[in-house]
Amino acid sequence: MGRKEENIKKAKDLRYKPERIRNIGVVAHIDHGKTTFSDNLLAGAGMISEELAGEQLVLDYDEQEQARGITINAAAASMVHEYEGKEYLINLIDTPGHVDFGGDVTRAMRAVDGAIVVVCAVEGVMPQTETVLRQALKERVKPVLLINKVDRLINELKLDPQEMQRRFVKIITEVNQLIKKMAPEQFKDKWLVRPEDGSVAFGSALHNWAISVPYMKRTGITFKDIYEYCKNNDQKTLAKKAPIHVVALDMVIRHLPNPKEAQKYRIPNIWRGDLDSEIGKAMVDCDPNGPLSLMVTKILIDPHAGEVTFGRVYSGTLREGQEVYIIGMPKPYRIQQVAVMVGDERIPVDEIPAGNIAAILGLRDAYAGATVTSRPDVEPFESIKHYSEPVVTVRVEAKKPSDLPKLVKVLRDISKADPSIQVEINQETGEYLMSGMGELHLEVTEYRIKNEHKVDIITSEPTVIYRETVKKKSPVFEGKSPNKHNYLYVEVEPLEESVVKALLEGQIPENVKKYKKEVAKKLEELGMPKEEAKGVFGIKGANLITDVTKGIQHLHEAKELLKQAFEEVCQAGPKAAEPLQGVKVRLVDAKLHEDAIHRGPAQLIPAMRNAIYGAMTLAEPILLEPIQKVFISVPAELLGNVTREITQRRGTILDIKNEEDMSIVLAKAPVAEMFGFASAIRSATGGRVLWSTENMGFEPLPDFLQEEVMKKIRQRKGLPPEPYPAEHYAG
Amino acid sequence: MLLFIGLGLWDEKDISVKGLEEAKNCDILYAEFYTSKMGVDTKKLEKQLGKKIIVLDRENAEKGDKIINDAKNKKVGFLVAGDPMTATTHISLRIKAIEEGIKTKIIHGASIITASAGLLGLQIYKFGRIVSIARPYKDYFPLSPYDSIKSNMKMGLHTLLLLDTEDHMTANEGMQILLEMEKRKKEGIISEDTLIAVVARASSDDAVARAGYLKDLIKEDFGETPHSIVIPAKLHFMEAKALVTIANAPKEILREEGRLEG
Ligand SMILES: Nc1nc2c(ncn2[C@@H]2O[C@H](COP(=O)(O)OP(=O)(O)OP(=O)(O)O)[C@@H](O)[C@H]2O)c(=O)[nH]1
Ligand SMILES: [Mg+2]
Repeated sequence: MGRKEENIKKAKDLRYKPERIRNIGVVAHIDHGKTTFSDNLLAGAGMISEELAGEQLVLDYDEQEQARGITINAAAASMVHEYEGKEYLINLIDTPGHVDFGGDVTRAMRAVDGAIVVVCAVEGVMPQTETVLRQALKERVKPVLLINKVDRLINELKLDPQEMQRRFVKIITEVNQLIKKMAPEQFKDKWLVRPEDGSVAFGSALHNWAISVPYMKRTGITFKDIYEYCKNNDQKTLAKKAPIHVVALDMVIRHLPNPKEAQKYRIPNIWRGDLDSEIGKAMVDCDPNGPLSLMVTKILIDPHAGEVTFGRVYSGTLREGQEVYIIGMPKPYRIQQVAVMVGDERIPVDEIPAGNIAAILGLRDAYAGATVTSRPDVEPFESIKHYSEPVVTVRVEAKKPSDLPKLVKVLRDISKADPSIQVEINQETGEYLMSGMGELHLEVTEYRIKNEHKVDIITSEPTVIYRETVKKKSPVFEGKSPNKHNYLYVEVEPLEESVVKALLEGQIPENVKKYKKEVAKKLEELGMPKEEAKGVFGIKGANLITDVTKGIQHLHEAKELLKQAFEEVCQAGPKAAEPLQGVKVRLVDAKLHEDAIHRGPAQLIPAMRNAIYGAMTLAEPILLEPIQKVFISVPAELLGNVTREITQRRGTILDIKNEEDMSIVLAKAPVAEMFGFASAIRSATGGRVLWSTENMGFEPLPDFLQEEVMKKIRQRKGLPPEPYPAEHYAG
Repeated sequence: MLLFIGLGLWDEKDISVKGLEEAKNCDILYAEFYTSKMGVDTKKLEKQLGKKIIVLDRENAEKGDKIINDAKNKKVGFLVAGDPMTATTHISLRIKAIEEGIKTKIIHGASIITASAGLLGLQIYKFGRIVSIARPYKDYFPLSPYDSIKSNMKMGLHTLLLLDTEDHMTANEGMQILLEMEKRKKEGIISEDTLIAVVARASSDDAVARAGYLKDLIKEDFGETPHSIVIPAKLHFMEAKALVTIANAPKEILREEGRLEG
């Protein structure tokens, strides 16, 4: 048996021992070396050949990942590692660093219990480091730290050992500040990383070595040795003395929790069902004999096998041939194949018990975020909310009209596999609109449609997605049902900032019906008047609707319809049919017909829609545009070129720092102006630039652009040039 | 001038002689059928009246602006199934017309409200609040009909259930919805053993009047819509006799504990 085959056998055996399993994610700012590192772990553990590792990036197997040199898909791989005489199974997920693919990081965090946060020693803690750390901590995923690219400090920046140490301290301090700020209360102290206990490692993923304090103690290697080896161009020897996979995996096993430990505190955070029920207990205990529960975290299209579903088994055992339910779908599905990832290969097995990450064939209608169980009536897991929503959109058309049905199916499959892609059909024009996190995201998806799904398409230039909100409180507006037997009275006003923020961060469950008390309490804490907080009966995006009426007959029964109308309006505002953000709708009075049939959906939905639209029209509706933070690091002498490039794009410079002879610029700019920035900044700096962006939500579009942008959107959507006046909605 | 002309219950022949004559004299004829899917064939009706009829969908009938506009200087007839102001909501149109200074008039037709009692042999003065049953829509499932049935029952009153005609609800579907309501409310008002009566296609040649236990009727085929349901409360002995002889109700209802009044 070769080493790999042996490892496959060991991995298969270890899946039954949760104490010997670690599910981990590798997260970092873009380009800090996650994939190089992950590959080297696999190679070191004997899962892929050592020559390949770090060269070809086995985990970036996708054609586009290789061509672009970045990770696009979170990829799972498993390996076996021996620590203190015992063998462990490490299930690792390498995540993308580019913001456009941030949704994948968020979802991967649901599958794992621990994370290796990689920070480039040269760049230090970057904005995306903070973001991924927040995503991890929110899911109660425990972090450890790897300071990477240490070789560059020595060989490129020519720092001496002292200066190096100072850098390390700075990075560790910053990471710990973030952990303190963002970790759940009970872990704020426990989860800080400390070099002395070995929860921090230093190394070079590219050159295959790393050290930690415990490892130094054990082997006698010192910082000075490392410095010497690098200086003398002999990192090969160093890699033999302190192989990165040993140091890093030791750290993982020692400091990151096994699934049994982790599920105790993670389940209450991600599942709102009854923890004392049979399935609740099984999940908290990571019990392989309980009912099955699994959460889908990723779907990949394999050229041979088709759709492969990845997910974390929290309880029970997933078996080939088993019948399972996807919560929300009526009929059961039969599992065709279950597999574990060993190295980068899918190895079919008969079953996968709780605590493991599984690859599954045959879950046709699964989508990333779905709950899969052995029983149809189980409470689903909390949805995985990514902090940022799609901000860029393109029109998609099939080149050959006969391809349209195929395109429709492909678009549906794509948004199922990648929930950060949203597809909708423009009712006015019949066009398909595909929205994503950024230009690159859409480009990559377009490529996939053409090359993986083989549908020839034409896409429009990208445009950004705006939001609509109101600036002031409206007067009471009366909405009438078409049969004139029902009147609804509505006010709208800007929603409290604190509430908007909490909603955007997903702190409040959207299912108000189910968590009424909890929602009311939270909203009151956030500063909403008690009466309003108690009356909330619909939440959609960062908008809500509240009932402040008293004792109106039949209103209770009608509310479901009013909520549906509210949700509809939230998707498309009165100004430009863009989604709403930050709007509070108050239902202040209602007159309803006695008989249910005369106040059914065909009556109340239009009445409510008109009431909200009318009120909004009188509340100074405005457009908000998506904004990006931009971080740019350039040689100081090129700073002028960079600031020019930013200010030309309606950008604002927020901060400029100088480190050695580099300038680090922090700016913000509207996404609408950032198209083509990649090549512009490259040519403005002769390519000597490192930059990244991050979506930072929506801000009001400047007054002078409101009218123009609104008209453009309306024209593009095939709407009449002007929005309707309030009377139009008075019916 | 705006005339609301009742078409009665079933086909073009159910209109009254007065309605027929008035309609022939109108300058313009509108009609709506969404409030009741009767067996009227518009072509036949047009032939009988010697006039074109403009059929309005719900949206346009409710808006009513065309009708009002024309009625300002023409004689407009608005043909409505049943009795114009009964099961429907055309009162808002009439008010709007009067507000615009238009003269209005109603020409009555037969209505399911009385016909159902008549066909089953139940006594009209023993009916309570009438309710409509709508098909559930997404998460919208109105339960107020259940409360009405309950309060009618308590007062010893029968309940007439009008089924959503716009989507051809059958009595069987109506019963299914009643059972679902019971499942949600759990107040013991409806069960498989509830005595139920069904009326189908009143005034047609094959009109149906049936009574029996829900568990039996729910399996029966009553043919084409429109259907309606009556949930009888305690019965006067004459009513019970009528249900047995006319509507084929099981004989045991005559003897059942607590079924009859007094
Ligand atoms: N000198 C040096 N270069 C490194 C090291 N680790 C990674 N790199 C280089 O950094 C670049 C980015 O490495 P990747 O492993 O693709 O980084 P990543 O974090 O996976 O990138 P994304 O997935 O796109 O976010 C590559 O050119 C690597 O060769 C290191 O320790 N030292
Ligand atoms: Mg990568």
